[in-house]
Amino acid sequence: MEMLFYIAAAVTVLATLRVITHVHAVHALLYLVVALIALSLIFYLLGAQFAAALEIIIYGGAIMVLFIFVVMLLGPLAVEQERTWFSLSAWVGPSILALVLLGEVGYLIASGDHPTMAVAEPRQKAISIALYGPYIIGVELASMLLLPGLIGAYHLGRRLSSEARSC
Amino acid sequence: MLSTPALVLAIMLFGLGLIGLLSRRNILYMLLSLEIMLNAAALAFIAGGARWGQVDGEIMFLFILTLAAAEVSVALGIVLQLSHRFRTLDADAFCEMRG
Amino acid sequence: MISLLWLIPALPLAGFLVLAIFGGRFTRQQVAWVGCGSVGTAAFTTALVGREFFQGFPDRESYQQTLWNWIDTSGMTVGISWSLDALSLLMVAVITAIGFLIHLYSAEYMAHDDGYARFFAYMNLFVAAMLTLVLADNLLLLYLGWEGVGLCSYLLIGFWYREPEYGTAAQKAFIVTRIGDTAFAIGIFILFTQFKTLSIQQVQSLATETWPVGSNVAMIVAVLFLIGAVGKSAQLPLQVWLPDAMAGPTPVSALIHAATMVTAGVYLIARMHHLFELAPMVQEVIAVLGLVTLLLAATSALVQQDIKRVLAYSTMSQIGYMFLALGVGAWPAALFHFLTHSCFKALLFLAAGSVIHSLHHEQNIFKMGGLRRHLPWTFWTFLIGAAAMSGVPLITSGFYSKDWILWSVWSSPLSHRWIWFGALLGAMLTGLYSFRLIFRVFFGEVRTQPTGESGLAMRLPLVVLAFLALTVGFLEMPHTLGNVTLFSHYLSHALPATAVLPGIDESSEVREQLAVTVAALLGIGLAALLFLPGSLFGARGTDQSTSHPSVTLLQGGWGFDRLYDRLFVRPWFAVTRNSSDMVDRGYEWLAVCAESCHGWLSHTQTGHVRWYAATIAVGTLMLLGLFAM
Repeated sequence: MEMLFYIAAAVTVLATLRVITHVHAVHALLYLVVALIALSLIFYLLGAQFAAALEIIIYGGAIMVLFIFVVMLLGPLAVEQERTWFSLSAWVGPSILALVLLGEVGYLIASGDHPTMAVAEPRQKAISIALYGPYIIGVELASMLLLPGLIGAYHLGRRLSSEARSC
Repeated sequence: MLSTPALVLAIMLFGLGLIGLLSRRNILYMLLSLEIMLNAAALAFIAGGARWGQVDGEIMFLFILTLAAAEVSVALGIVLQLSHRFRTLDADAFCEMRG
Repeated sequence: MISLLWLIPALPLAGFLVLAIFGGRFTRQQVAWVGCGSVGTAAFTTALVGREFFQGFPDRESYQQTLWNWIDTSGMTVGISWSLDALSLLMVAVITAIGFLIHLYSAEYMAHDDGYARFFAYMNLFVAAMLTLVLADNLLLLYLGWEGVGLCSYLLIGFWYREPEYGTAAQKAFIVTRIGDTAFAIGIFILFTQFKTLSIQQVQSLATETWPVGSNVAMIVAVLFLIGAVGKSAQLPLQVWLPDAMAGPTPVSALIHAATMVTAGVYLIARMHHLFELAPMVQEVIAVLGLVTLLLAATSALVQQDIKRVLAYSTMSQIGYMFLALGVGAWPAALFHFLTHSCFKALLFLAAGSVIHSLHHEQNIFKMGGLRRHLPWTFWTFLIGAAAMSGVPLITSGFYSKDWILWSVWSSPLSHRWIWFGALLGAMLTGLYSFRLIFRVFFGEVRTQPTGESGLAMRLPLVVLAFLALTVGFLEMPHTLGNVTLFSHYLSHALPATAVLPGIDESSEVREQLAVTVAALLGIGLAALLFLPGSLFGARGTDQSTSHPSVTLLQGGWGFDRLYDRLFVRPWFAVTRNSSDMVDRGYEWLAVCAESCHGWLSHTQTGHVRWYAATIAVGTLMLLGLFAM
């Protein structure tokens, strides 16, 4: 079990690394899909099977596909300037920041407790009960969030198409 | 035993996402890095839920997912608008609110 | 009836409020009715109150009325309380009666002015403040009225605010009287710390009980009060504001700078006479100040070109007479002169205003002449006023009051012979300059064409005041001429009688009166000789453009303006011109700090999203670091 976890973790990290360093946008997106799948395996190992399933279906299946569509819409715009922008000096600062962050949080985690734990039982029923019980407000809020998202996306996209028509 | 390494993994992913956000000039890559960071946070929540044996971590993951979906749709619409208006995807070009 | 006392200051105050709030919406007719009506009703109320006061006289010497508690703390209780006695009734009668006549006059004089309602509002406020001053029962209320008249004087001198030099004149008046006001306030503070009360009666009785005659603290308080009086009454050394105050409209000069405000100083000294009796050295100073001011002003009036400035200097001179009388302990004589002076000085100013009005605001007497035939009413009333001021014997009130003062100066144990000679010289000079004015303005050939005699609203007050100027003197006639002592008897319940040196007898009084008569007639005769066109020297009725240095000195009021300019004004400006002094530097530094902080911080607003994200990341790291510690 633990081996599985470490392999999946390694895959995730490597894939993410490739995502942020790639030049071609579509390749980067595919690497991200790989990272998400590995992540969902980790979720499964942590006992969150429902989360694992959702991760693949929604994240990998809907959000990433949306990204790919937009990248293809933008076409040459997404690729061309990358070579000119890609400079090593821009990576130094953020890398230092991330390393410091890693150090800090690592220290915090290490100073906490480390309990042993086995793979848990499936918790599907419990999730449903929790969703309709204490977290009902969260569910309502999430739906309220989705509605403006829908409207915003429609509005922003519509403007583009009408302008494109008028040009 | 797994939750502590999971947290470490989460922070590593978050750090990678942060690097990507700060060093890539292309907006799309910045959005991708944001997604990575969101996922890292979701992983942290799941790990916490697994540590305590409660479903709240997964519930939070559900909400994060919903949030990401809404955010991506709107963000991509904005990116389309920006690209149409400025003819470029360079994040540094959108600095009209300077000073 | 006497309980209506509070109405007397309240009515003009109500008039002010109505005109200040609604004046813009009234017609001129309505404004005039409200403005004159409030003062007129106050005058009528004064008559009612006075009648009842006299009925109870002399058993009841004073009447108090408290309206409400103004300040009520553990250390001090001050109420809005009025006190009526013989002295304040006299002042109230003069203020309301002459005030009403002047309001009536200005209803026509200011008829073509834009700020009609504003004018009457300010005048009403002034009358209310002056009445507060004289009716006040405690020093704080008196000071309120004192400040109020100072404010109204400023507002009314600078009434035509579009001329910058009028505004400067108003500022000068306010600043100079402020010096007096501050001294007055310090005197009040000292009195309060000594006696823990501000009621005038209590303060005076406590002072006479606890302070010996000639004690230092009495002297200090008396000197401070004197400075206050000197500032308000335009005596030496604070007299410089009065000639420039003639920038205001003529009714303002008549009311404020002739009949009422400038006599506030005289009222103060008379009211606090116990205090001054405790400090005889200060009384001597008062007498000498009065004398010097008298002569200084009289000589300056001799060479002025502006008709109103002549009258301003003459006011200064006549108040010098009042101060002289107060200084030698002749309290009733000073107030009698105040009564007659109010009548004839207001008359003179109003008549001068009539002249100015008909000549379209020409004020230079060398551009006037021969108005005798064109403005008969003005001429005769002006003549009566000037005669009263010069003290033409037997028929004018001025003679009786001036004679009484000079007799007191001669016979009082507190004065010296040379003071009397100086006062006599002043009487001659008074005749000289007042008739110079008459001959220059009303005789000779016409230089500026007048537009005809004034209307009824302006002539009626002139006639009434002329009548008063002639008859008021008969209230008090000396021993040798009928021995009428109505006035002194009336005032004896509020003020001590004049002391008389032993060994003075009737014959010296007759000789003294003859001397006064001769002096006055001599002055008039000299004026006729020098200034009447057609006489020996009068043919040279040309512009006084001889810039003989002594003439210029006198014209500038003996150079006091120049002196104060060199002594105070220029050094002050030199100091303030250095605009980056320490305090300013502090404020500048604050502004520079804010600006530079803005400069630095604005560099953080680059507009780049990545930069903002980086700052967020750094901030989060710092917070985490704090948590980790």
